Amino acid sequence: MSETHEVHRHPAPTGFIRKYIFSLDHKVIGIQYIMLALAAVVVGMVMSLLMRLNLSWPGTSWPILGTLFPTGAPNGVMNPEFYLSLVTMHGTIMVFFVLTTAPQGGFGNYFLPIQIGAEDMAFPVLNMMSFWVTLVGFIVILMAIVVEGNQGVGEWFATLGPSFAGGSGTVGPIGGWTGYAPLSALGRVAGPGQGAGMNLWVISIATFCVGSLLGALNFITTLLNMRTKGMSLMRMPLTCWAWFTTAVLALLSFPVLLGGGILLLLDRIAGTSFFIPGGLYVSGLLSGTNPNFPLHTGGSPILWQHLFWFFGHPEVYIAILPGMGATSHILATFARKPVFGYRAMVFAIFAIGLLGFFVWGHHMFISGMSPYSAIAFSVLTLSIGVPSAVKTFNWIGTLWGGRIRFTTAMLFAIGFVSLFVAGGITGLILGQSSLDLPMHDTYIVTAHFHLVMGVASIFGMFAATYFWFPKMFGRQMSESMGRIHFWVTFVGVYSIFVPMHVMGLQGMPRRYSQFTEYAFLQSLHPLVLFVTVAAIITVSVQFLFYFNVFWSMFKGAKAGDNPWEATTLEWNTASPPPHDNFAGVLPVVYHGPYEFAVPGAPRDYVMQTDVEVEAPSGNGHNGHKH
Amino acid sequence: MATMVTSTKPATKTSPGSGPKIPGPNGNGSKRRDGFRDPESDANRYRIGMWVGLASVAMMFTSLSSAYIVRSASANDWIPLPLPRLILVSTGLLLASSVTLEVARRKLKAALSRPYSQWLFITVLLGLGFLASQLFVWRHFREQGLYVSSHPHSSFFYLLTGAHAVHLLGGLLGLTFLWLRSRRPITEKARLAKRRAAADSVSIYWHFMDALWIYLFLLLFLWR
Repeated sequence: MSETHEVHRHPAPTGFIRKYIFSLDHKVIGIQYIMLALAAVVVGMVMSLLMRLNLSWPGTSWPILGTLFPTGAPNGVMNPEFYLSLVTMHGTIMVFFVLTTAPQGGFGNYFLPIQIGAEDMAFPVLNMMSFWVTLVGFIVILMAIVVEGNQGVGEWFATLGPSFAGGSGTVGPIGGWTGYAPLSALGRVAGPGQGAGMNLWVISIATFCVGSLLGALNFITTLLNMRTKGMSLMRMPLTCWAWFTTAVLALLSFPVLLGGGILLLLDRIAGTSFFIPGGLYVSGLLSGTNPNFPLHTGGSPILWQHLFWFFGHPEVYIAILPGMGATSHILATFARKPVFGYRAMVFAIFAIGLLGFFVWGHHMFISGMSPYSAIAFSVLTLSIGVPSAVKTFNWIGTLWGGRIRFTTAMLFAIGFVSLFVAGGITGLILGQSSLDLPMHDTYIVTAHFHLVMGVASIFGMFAATYFWFPKMFGRQMSESMGRIHFWVTFVGVYSIFVPMHVMGLQGMPRRYSQFTEYAFLQSLHPLVLFVTVAAIITVSVQFLFYFNVFWSMFKGAKAGDNPWEATTLEWNTASPPPHDNFAGVLPVVYHGPYEFAVPGAPRDYVMQTDVEVEAPSGNGHNGHKH
Repeated sequence: MATMVTSTKPATKTSPGSGPKIPGPNGNGSKRRDGFRDPESDANRYRIGMWVGLASVAMMFTSLSSAYIVRSASANDWIPLPLPRLILVSTGLLLASSVTLEVARRKLKAALSRPYSQWLFITVLLGLGFLASQLFVWRHFREQGLYVSSHPHSSFFYLLTGAHAVHLLGGLLGLTFLWLRSRRPITEKARLAKRRAAADSVSIYWHFMDALWIYLFLLLFLWR
């Protein structure tokens, strides 16, 4: 039984538009974020497949590309600029619109208020705005593709002003997701992919920053102000700690990127020289000798790198921390054991977040930085290994001796731990400046960050989807489809990224569109083909996941309120939860979040709201340390 | 071995959640009386949200001023800006607006609704005066031939004053909102708490913009 309290009830909106489109309900906004990520990830996946096709069979004609992008892929054969813009847009869309939206804006939005026992976010209007601003950012990045890739649209866009001329025939701007200056700062004179599309790229990122800031502000305020009675900080699920830390990281790092983005845009359209050095000779023109290339002096390209990576490194934790939270939550639930070392887990999350602000220089070892700064950044980077190891050890400790239920969510959570370790190990190698120097521009970096930041975060989101789907839609996802999805994806991602380590060690440079000219890389071609085949299979099986999601929404088995026998507050309410989450009655919390296998309890778990538990005597003195 | 680790007794005992059976003292909900959330701590979210939001504004200006400091030392093209007298007028107007806003807030605390409204209105006027004065400073610079792209110092001048003005405009909207609301008398406790929290958070923002301006002023004209 649980003690209950009445709250003001907000009437649920009835019209379709207020209910599903411009909704103030954090649950609807969460699902909107997840749908945005599901759409964006398809664009990103198709781009990665195109890159693989070009790497494996360079010079092959793909007629459909010739039709869509007559300049970028004449007769269907991709040119190098086309490939480079694929690299740029794949990175940008995946990092910003998938890895930042789904874990935090999606699942965080849906479950943080429910897990702390609140009826909604602190500022519902801001919450709605944060989604719509993010969506505008996504539309702008799609426009960048069209404007830069299509001559007609590019010419039409050029009427906005000389700096808005596009239509270079690539599939978008070129500059990598890092947009390094001076290439990104010069404008159309710097070559294909540097016209209006690049302006739109900067505008899209700046817009995204604003959306994320609104979201982060809301998360922090909600968690600090709206916890229900009895929900002390140390009784929060680890997911809430992870979302909170992520919000703090976003709050402090996105403004820095926003500032940098404004400076970059001014360099591009207002003739300033923040990042553009003097005396540049580009495309046969000297700076200042031609009206198309005005005089620039004294700017610092390294300054952009510092501003970008001061954001960029916290950003990788923004992507992975929610996955860590979900993994901890799911491992405990299905191992039927309390999280091993709850306090250590909380401090480790915070330590990772804090250290994440002091290591941005390890992305810049090859920028010519002083070796002394490199050592400082190296030592700080390697020290992140300590809290990361604490987390990994505690995840294994949670599994150890548990009565494990191998649901699909659990499989993906275990997969997360595996990928985090496999990808994190190379972080210890790349974090040392002496080792990073030769490896930095090879495939080993691609392999490292895809495993630890890309695929591990995605596994965290898969685990979260299979775990919370019954709560979100009131129906179970198909477990058999889920198992196939897991095993093919798990074997698939290792088949894709483990060979890339070998390629990197052999000196295969990343970002190159083809390797036909390099004799020393010819022996690696079978490996390149193997990776491509693995990528095609892995991408194909994702459509099974999509099918499972949409099929289960309507045809899945009905789920009860607590199908996994879990303990936290979201399992106290109906599936799906009512408009104000707890049907007008806020729960009161008496227990910590992971009380599984409690001796003497009527079931093997105690929900956070349970009042009467025949716990062993002395329980009250041991747990809560004051 | 296995039986030793599967025994969950110690794990449960040391798990931090298995605390006392009474609800812990934390969470806004613990201040609820009569089953409702406490209106005072409910309204507190506006103050918390404002401080959190200001942290991000501070980070953005930190990033811009670190760029300023790096750029001013990275090449030989840094030219000092002349200090226009008008900018001292701007500074005076903004400082005065902070004082009048503080007076307004005192009146609200003393539940004097009419003077509160009047002092708010004066603050809005002073804020508008600051923006107008800044526009004149911009015009003055343009008449001297200093544009955004003239040299890095002038670029930063337009950028920093512009970014500050945009943020200040947001504060003006907040003040105008308070002023429009202030003319409607209310007595209900929850709504009074909310009004006080809204007034507090707007004034926190406004004072922050004031301090930020002093900082930018010193950075732009005294740093190099």
